[in-house]
Amino acid sequence: MAETGAVDFQSNVVRALADRQLRGNLKKAMGSLSLKRKAVFSDPEEFEHLRRVGNAIRRRSLSKLPVLLEQLEKNCTANGIQVHWAETTADANQIFLDIIKGHDASRVIKGKSMVSEEMHLNHFLEDHSIEALETDLGEYIIQLDHETPSHIIVPAIHKNKDQIAHLFHEKIPNTPYTEVVEELNAIARKTLRQKFFAGEIGVSGVNFAVAETGTLCLVENEGNGRMCTTVPPVHIAVMGLEKVVEHLSDVPPLLRLLTGSATGQVITTYFNMITSPRKAGEKDGPKEVHLVILDNGRSKILADPQLRETLQCIRCGACLNHCPVYTRLGGHAYGYVYPGPIGSILTPQMEGLHKAGAMASASSLCGACEEVCPVKIPFTSLLRILRDESYAEGDSPHDVDGHGYKRHFTESLAWKGWAVMNTNPTLNHLSTKMLGMVGAFLPKAGPLKHWTQVRTTPKFAKQSLHALAKARGLDDE
Amino acid sequence: MSNAIRERVLNKLREAVGRGDFDVPTPPPLPVQEWSREEKINRLQSMLETMHAEVRRTTHADWITTLKEILRERALQTLVYGPDTALAGVLQGAWENDLPALIPYQQDIESFKETLFNADAGITTTRGALAEIGALVLWPTIQEPRLLSLVPALHIALLEADGIYNTFAEMMGSERWQDGMPTNALLISGPSKTADIELTLTFGVHGPKELLVLILDN
Amino acid sequence: MPNRPDKVYFFGTCLIDMCYPQAGLAGIELLEREGIKVIFPQAQSCCGQPAHNSGFPAEAKAVARQQLKSFKQDYPIVVPSGSCAGMLKHHYPAMFAGEPEADEVRRFSSRVLELSEFLVRVLDVKLRDRGQPIKVTWHSSCHATREMGVIGDSKALLKQLDNVELVELQSERECCGFGGTFSIKQPAISAAMVSDKITDIQQTGATRVLSGDCGCLLNIGGALEYQKIPITTQHIAEFILERING
Ligand code: SF4
Repeated sequence: MAETGAVDFQSNVVRALADRQLRGNLKKAMGSLSLKRKAVFSDPEEFEHLRRVGNAIRRRSLSKLPVLLEQLEKNCTANGIQVHWAETTADANQIFLDIIKGHDASRVIKGKSMVSEEMHLNHFLEDHSIEALETDLGEYIIQLDHETPSHIIVPAIHKNKDQIAHLFHEKIPNTPYTEVVEELNAIARKTLRQKFFAGEIGVSGVNFAVAETGTLCLVENEGNGRMCTTVPPVHIAVMGLEKVVEHLSDVPPLLRLLTGSATGQVITTYFNMITSPRKAGEKDGPKEVHLVILDNGRSKILADPQLRETLQCIRCGACLNHCPVYTRLGGHAYGYVYPGPIGSILTPQMEGLHKAGAMASASSLCGACEEVCPVKIPFTSLLRILRDESYAEGDSPHDVDGHGYKRHFTESLAWKGWAVMNTNPTLNHLSTKMLGMVGAFLPKAGPLKHWTQVRTTPKFAKQSLHALAKARGLDDE
Repeated sequence: MSNAIRERVLNKLREAVGRGDFDVPTPPPLPVQEWSREEKINRLQSMLETMHAEVRRTTHADWITTLKEILRERALQTLVYGPDTALAGVLQGAWENDLPALIPYQQDIESFKETLFNADAGITTTRGALAEIGALVLWPTIQEPRLLSLVPALHIALLEADGIYNTFAEMMGSERWQDGMPTNALLISGPSKTADIELTLTFGVHGPKELLVLILDN
Repeated sequence: MPNRPDKVYFFGTCLIDMCYPQAGLAGIELLEREGIKVIFPQAQSCCGQPAHNSGFPAEAKAVARQQLKSFKQDYPIVVPSGSCAGMLKHHYPAMFAGEPEADEVRRFSSRVLELSEFLVRVLDVKLRDRGQPIKVTWHSSCHATREMGVIGDSKALLKQLDNVELVELQSERECCGFGGTFSIKQPAISAAMVSDKITDIQQTGATRVLSGDCGCLLNIGGALEYQKIPITTQHIAEFILERING
């Protein structure tokens, strides 16, 4: 997994597609997640209404983002939560390190957080001799195998139980080999309970941060998130700055959309709303709560009137589950933290097109993601903008890093030629006529070479529809 | 330095938002769900049961008897509870020797951790529940701390039938949560669970393995 | 039911022009049988989608303008492709938003109808099947399904045909992997998608795959032929015409 520098997307694709096991695991899992989602949102009209509400809430939040973040900061601070700002992932990591060092701590227990993946927080802390242990079962599994998440909701979905059985047996001391899922869970429960018990610092992400009350909301099923945010004396929450919502009343519809879209649940086991550290007289809960607010390129995305819709995302993962590309590749092939459709629009903007631009081409623009996204992100339009940006000259209305990286003389010339042919009826007739005559003898080079690897050569007709329509005597206008 | 970062980030955001072109739609409000009292109880019960919670309907007079029966069926050693509550009074008054030992949660977690992590069961009250999505609502207090509903393997929750709302939105609206949130507010819809291995749903991962809900209804 | 027009424009699409003219001709004939006069502007070419999807908006726009010029009169524009219809109907207004032609484009786009949609919703055609029994399956292009919402219309036409047994695909709403230039820019992913689609087609037991979009047919048909699987592909217009002619 490349974490820095360019990713060789094309080789990753070939490798992922060749992995039969992976494709089998994914197909089964994604099919099942899609069915469950469909069952909770069985009424299309109701769903459409709900997601229009979700979309409006997210848009409203983004339209007031700086004000809401200041309000959040003010209310959190008044509640006793310490707020920190980070412009880059390096800033955010440093904030973590300072807090942890300030407590002379070395054992960090973590709930699931994609932003912490974005920061590569675990590596960073390990480099400073601090143990950062993932406690979400899926995250725990992949951490044992030194992998990164392959899905934003079910991070170990690329592995099947046999693979996990081997992993536990090899990596967790005194663990007998078992493929029984219940037993594997019990092993993790037992191992991690000791860690919850001894954890010095708890880390979590944030699903929604409510500006109005200074409340951090966390959605989870396992209880590890509650453990991490309640047992240790210090809790550090980290959020991308787009996660803020204005009102508490914005939460119920977003929560419905999130749990329904993510796992087809009406509600998760726990919805955990944290508004302050332990108050006088209270017997548990962290004595200190910190909130780290991370930019990492988001403010730049917000500046673009169209691309900013990317920031509406509530990280439900539904677009991954329904994407014909993701379901065949899995998350690792993308080479960055966020895979699938959301990754394909977010990553090129965060990392730059020159590094991650290939992700924007990894879509047939089929629109399956748009159909399910609970906040109505217009993926296909945003992907087109990123493709335009990949070739753009200086006059583009957008400003994505790596802009114009794909500009290539022959390809541009080919499209210019195509446009001339399709705007000039005489040339157009001539060229279709030519294709009809020589099409069958075209060399299998260039685009045709790719096409014919799994398909026969297209057969060009001897007479075009233009010619046939004319012969039939159809009026021209 | 950190203040400089804050200013830089906020300035970038102000500039971004200043560019305008935000189209903020106002969709029609979501329809309001309304069920009768009985429908709410039934719906809540069936949704909790689907999520593998055990639900018993009982009364204010009988719940303690019901609880004792349930506890006798299981071989438990300890039950942790929050002292200085009405619930605590009833428990203490009615406790018998053949039942699991009653342990009050009255120290800070730092010194109570060992006991709590070894406890078999924890009992709490609830603030209410949500019929639409099938969840209990808890606002842990000084008397009933947060970990009571999380660390012991069995969580027993007492719910007043009158406290069941139709929806989350209704509850937070009518109780005006926005005017003052507690340290921690929780929705709980069942025992802890995971589907992280091959999407196979298993209950009792890091939190309670069982959730028992006693609905008090006269 | 919208009013029945006397005349319609036919937008043949570039792919039909080059590779599937018989499908286009069949579409024209289906309209003429209903007493509709079909006008085929010779100046028409491509809807512009290939460039629009590939990062060449200026070229896409130039080609779009050529179509705007070619379909000036206030007649409905019937398109034998969900994908091209989606481009003309939904993408043109967005491409020209805020430009001098915006109003003209909106009027143009509002006249666009996909062929099945037009046959069912405007003409309310009644089909009599004269063909031998056959088992077919239906593949809808993504844009026919999602942008145009006409999958129901196409299947409704097939269901009028008594001797035709329609077996639906399990992955009916999933992309076949064509995606225009996607199939050559990401050939490996596209190949994996079309091979899964073919597996699904085979499990239906159908001997023919029908679609309203020649892009998908080119992809699926080419792959079937490459694998020497004896299942044929055909555009719905051609198929219907064949059935009602017997
Ligand atoms: S983009 Fe939409 S569907 Fe994808 S993860 Fe975000 S909210 Fe979910």
